[in-house]
Amino acid sequence: MSVPDPAAPAPFDPAAFLAAARDGHAVALGLRHRGHGDDWCELAIPYDRRLVSDAVSGILASGPIVSLMDTACTFAVWRRRGAQRPHATMDLRIDYLRPARPGATVVGRGSCYRLTQRVAFVRGTAHDGDPDDPLAHVAGTFMLLDQWR
Amino acid sequence: MAVSAVTLLPYADFLGIEAVGEQDGAPLLRMPFAAGLGGAPGILHGGAIAGLLEIAAIAAIDATLEDGGEARAIFKPVTVTVDFMRPGAHVDTFACARLARRGGRIANIEASAWQDDVARPVAVARMNLLIRNRMPA
Repeated sequence: MSVPDPAAPAPFDPAAFLAAARDGHAVALGLRHRGHGDDWCELAIPYDRRLVSDAVSGILASGPIVSLMDTACTFAVWRRRGAQRPHATMDLRIDYLRPARPGATVVGRGSCYRLTQRVAFVRGTAHDGDPDDPLAHVAGTFMLLDQWR
Repeated sequence: MAVSAVTLLPYADFLGIEAVGEQDGAPLLRMPFAAGLGGAPGILHGGAIAGLLEIAAIAAIDATLEDGGEARAIFKPVTVTVDFMRPGAHVDTFACARLARRGGRIANIEASAWQDDVARPVAVARMNLLIRNRMPA
């Protein structure tokens, strides 16, 4: 007979997590959930003129895209770890292949492609409509702050 | 001068960033804590810190330009690498950037963000930015 373990964490649900969030940076940026799998999560950031780095061109600043990718990669790690567990971003590198088109929603997909006892390795891409025409690539690592079990 | 770089950037406003002085000749920025900057419970979102570092980098380039320079140039980040060294608490965060090299087309920048102690950064970033003339050739 199997008895549910009350201590076992529920699988991490990125959509429910974002829906329940009442404040914080993800809410301020208006991040939306688009999809997820066992080791990946896709989020979107709607275009917002408050987030541009240049009022004339209307091109999004880099920071919102870093936030989008950091969050998507975080959710990917939690999907792969099976639950929302403490970790800290150790480093994140973003290569901007081209500017995001002004007015376009930016979609970011992060995946956790390797998990060790203490480190999660992530990578991802961002696009603004065509996944085959990415605007940024990211690579990063997270330090896990509790034991894998 | 340097202040204009910050006030002209909608994203800097969004993050609540203000120029509060200078450090080693570069603009010193402050990002007061606000609920919209939070990440995991009790800590700042890494993306907000990365945003502050980006604004510090732009302000540092801008401060080197002649009068009106900020209106002529567009700074386009090509690569941004952020090392997060400590969790950011729910307090004011400061940042300052240094031009390691500024050429005609590329600026290589090092930016640092800290809270209580400038010698204990919460994050540092290296950024390589393209500098593009906004005026038509």
